[in-house]
Amino acid sequence: MSSIALPKIGTTDRWDGLRPLALAAPLLLLLLFSFGAPIVALLSRAVYEPTIANALPHTIAALRQDSGAGVPGEPVFLALAADLKQAQAAGAVYEFAKALNTRLPGARSQVLRVARIATQDQATGKEAMIKAAPLLGEEQSWAAIRTGTNRFTSFYLLSAFDLRWTERGTIGAVPADQAVFLRVFGRTFLIATIVTLATLALAFPLAFVITNLRPAVAGMVLVLVLLPFWTSILVRTAAWTVILQKFGLLNDLLLWLGLTSDRLELMYSRTGLIIAMTHIQLPFTLLPIYSVMRSVKPSLVRAAQSLGARPFTAFWRVYLPQVMPGVLAGCLLTFILCLGYYITPVLIGGASDQLISNFIANYVNVELNWEMAAALSFVLLASTLGLYVTLTRYLGLDLFKMG
Amino acid sequence: MKRVSRTTLLALASAAIVGQLQPASAEELTVMATGGAWQAALRQAWFEPFAKKMGIKFNEQEYTGELGKIKAMVETGNVPIDLVTVETSTVLQGCDAGVLIRLDYSKVADRSRFLPGTALDCGVGIDVYGDVLAYDTTVLKEAPTSVLDIFDTKKFPGKRAMRKAPAQNLEWALMADGVPIADIYKVLGTLAGVDRAFKKLDTIKKDIVWWDAGAQPPQLLASKEVVMTTAWNGRIQNAIDQDKRPFAIVWDNQIVEYDMIAIPKSAKNLDLAYKYLAYAADPEVGARLGRFIPYGPVLTDATPFVPKEVLPKLPTAPDHMKSYLVGDVEFWGDHGEDLVKRFNAWLAQ
Amino acid sequence: MLSPYPTTAEWVRVTALWFWCVLVLIFLVVPIFVPVPLSFNSGSFFTFPLAGLSTRWYEVVLGTPRWRAAIGNSLLIGLGSTVLATVLGTLTAIGLSDPKFPARRFVVPLLISPLIVPVVVTAVGTYLFYARVGLANTYFGIILAHTVLASPFVVVTVGASLTGFDRNLMRATSILGARPLTGFIRVMLPLILPGVLSGAAFAFVTSFDEVVVVQFLANAEQRTLPLEMFTGLREQLSPAITAAATLMMGLSILLLIVANLLVRRSRQSASALAE
Repeated sequence: MSSIALPKIGTTDRWDGLRPLALAAPLLLLLLFSFGAPIVALLSRAVYEPTIANALPHTIAALRQDSGAGVPGEPVFLALAADLKQAQAAGAVYEFAKALNTRLPGARSQVLRVARIATQDQATGKEAMIKAAPLLGEEQSWAAIRTGTNRFTSFYLLSAFDLRWTERGTIGAVPADQAVFLRVFGRTFLIATIVTLATLALAFPLAFVITNLRPAVAGMVLVLVLLPFWTSILVRTAAWTVILQKFGLLNDLLLWLGLTSDRLELMYSRTGLIIAMTHIQLPFTLLPIYSVMRSVKPSLVRAAQSLGARPFTAFWRVYLPQVMPGVLAGCLLTFILCLGYYITPVLIGGASDQLISNFIANYVNVELNWEMAAALSFVLLASTLGLYVTLTRYLGLDLFKMG
Repeated sequence: MKRVSRTTLLALASAAIVGQLQPASAEELTVMATGGAWQAALRQAWFEPFAKKMGIKFNEQEYTGELGKIKAMVETGNVPIDLVTVETSTVLQGCDAGVLIRLDYSKVADRSRFLPGTALDCGVGIDVYGDVLAYDTTVLKEAPTSVLDIFDTKKFPGKRAMRKAPAQNLEWALMADGVPIADIYKVLGTLAGVDRAFKKLDTIKKDIVWWDAGAQPPQLLASKEVVMTTAWNGRIQNAIDQDKRPFAIVWDNQIVEYDMIAIPKSAKNLDLAYKYLAYAADPEVGARLGRFIPYGPVLTDATPFVPKEVLPKLPTAPDHMKSYLVGDVEFWGDHGEDLVKRFNAWLAQ
Repeated sequence: MLSPYPTTAEWVRVTALWFWCVLVLIFLVVPIFVPVPLSFNSGSFFTFPLAGLSTRWYEVVLGTPRWRAAIGNSLLIGLGSTVLATVLGTLTAIGLSDPKFPARRFVVPLLISPLIVPVVVTAVGTYLFYARVGLANTYFGIILAHTVLASPFVVVTVGASLTGFDRNLMRATSILGARPLTGFIRVMLPLILPGVLSGAAFAFVTSFDEVVVVQFLANAEQRTLPLEMFTGLREQLSPAITAAATLMMGLSILLLIVANLLVRRSRQSASALAE
């Protein structure tokens, strides 16, 4: 805004960057150590999974000797039997079976059966083992085992994009009935966008009006805006259930007003979910906009108008650019928070309204497949940050630049 | 009155002081359970009597029934939990992931005394519950007679609720499609069988509301959002008994399931944890839970000790066992992850 | 909002704006009050009409030590992390808004990452780390973890309100001989205060409503309000949570009224002194 160059005081150029850095240092250090490092360690599981390799040292060696793809020869099977026997004794066979089962559905019980037989030293040859575990006679199983013996894996990241390595060693799509993540990512970003725009449409005018109210009244309205923060998101979600359900308050009201003739199905629908999410997110979009609007001097808009600008031009060319950082901050917070919703979609959304965080939470807590959770989280983090960088650069907006 | 309260206060205070002075010397056992009325029943039936009998301190924690936290504990090697209650499907997950220990049944009880499927490698059954059908008698004029009536949208039009998971629903779909109960898991083990089950579910897909938390089914009935819902019998029974709701349970073709208790890997008080498991495996003790919540015992020899008035409410009552399926843990261990993925893809279509 | 001599078009515009804002406020507030009557329901379901009136759920919340302890824990952890996040976040935003801040392109993504990483992943990662350094199952550990989650809100909102701030003001104060701290308190803080307070409100709600990280980091002693609500969910959605919500809202309204009165009184006495 001001272009008067004042002389620099005290510091030399070389140390100029240090003072702002020192201000940020406490938070940055806290984030690096107690968030950055552990999260990087956890996310690295998406590409580093040694379970299968650790369980099969002999098989790996034997596979190296075995020529070609497909089902290998007798020595590999003998080595596998030895490995399974060892794993059984060490109690590691279950983790191995689970890891393999992720890549090869149905493998778990067959592996455990073969391991049991191997431990009893019965029939450890190729034929007998295939008889106990028919999967071992199939080419695709050995493709899965071969790729699994690599400690560094692309399996989980590919899965996050509904992709896989085919038997021919190329990357291809997973079968249509298993393809789920791309759709869920798309849906998550779509719902986040809709909710962000909806909150903006509701919040911007309200923030503008609050800014122009007398301080005492503005304070009262702000109390109302902040009131939801004192109730748990679980309570707010339950409240929306009561409002949206078939015999709920909204349907009662609509019927009473004669606006509808039939009860609407709002629960377990995307409409219901978006309404509830918009309500929960509204304060997050509103407050940053309001706090920036407060600092904008209305005199500038009046000046523009008195210089002949029409109200719309004055708003568009003078006012909006000044409050834009607040709009950007509010929308950024709401958009990102929407990506992480999972309680509300479960309780209000329909079957096809589950968001990516539902899946990630399920992999962490129920399937105990942290590799897959790490891969999905990584994709979410990378795409969101990518979007942020692209948008801010493209729009030429920076959240952190003083006038 | 005043004197009584003062003595009570004194007793409390001295108890607190004693407790503070010697927390390390007194033996402790820590259990993590899923909270609510169920955990309160466990406390009254088993935790408190056991603590009294052994002269130990019994600590309780709550969690949401998901094993992620225990996996994290096991990875750090610092496991402050000795016992944990889990669902059957979770036992297998935790077993394979090396989160729960494989139990030494010589320290618990003879495995043959348990109902089939309740003495697993990594978990012992606590109680029996049924996946049943429930409805509001004031809403449905004609009563459904089998869980499979949920597939009959002609006779029973309107929304119906099912649990948002493939387990149970695929089994019921095959049953409704004419597969005999004995062959369910054989058929479901084939690709054609899975296709068949999803095809059957397709026929009612647009009428289904999916529930996730056990608290939802009675709520869905109470708000008349659905005309019928699959549910865990205990929650519906509570709504009938305590809230006087006009609900009814349909038992025919129920799927019988078990709550489990397990010991996490690296538990500090392993011996005491085993002693607790052995204690709860006593027939008379095992039957005690039914007094506090309508779930049945997992011990075959405990039935005679179940109070007479409780028996008709249990999934294991003879009247309810005319046609039922026992959930196959092994099958879901093999195919669970895969079927969950397919189920989610199916939901999204 | 109207100019001294409004035209018809302006009247229409302003009326429409007001009408819209009243609708938005209704949308915002009505759902918050729906749980209030439900908290007096004698039945245990979330349905209207109520089965009957009763205070049984208030007896549950106020009468059981568990709920009281949970409310206390939530307030303690919430306020602790709000203070920490607001102080650290504001400092960081001020530093970042200096054009000379080095490598901002890499620092900003790190700062907003705690918002993006799914909270369950953050919870596991934090637990694995905190358990090794002895911070798991401690109040301080939970406050620290919530500070991490809440800090992006403060950084973003304060950063946004700093964009309108004229840096020359700070130069002017220092030319006039003020120390940096004095300049900050007397010149910068009043201007960015709405942003700081918004950030603090976000920080508080982040902690006050957070259940996943607490699930991992807390033991029975640090059980918070959301944790108390969620653990029963498998069994029943108890109306006790609506009673707790109503109590918290009542408390917050009371606090805000008291604060308002105090501010007004201090202003009055200040002006009285000035006279």
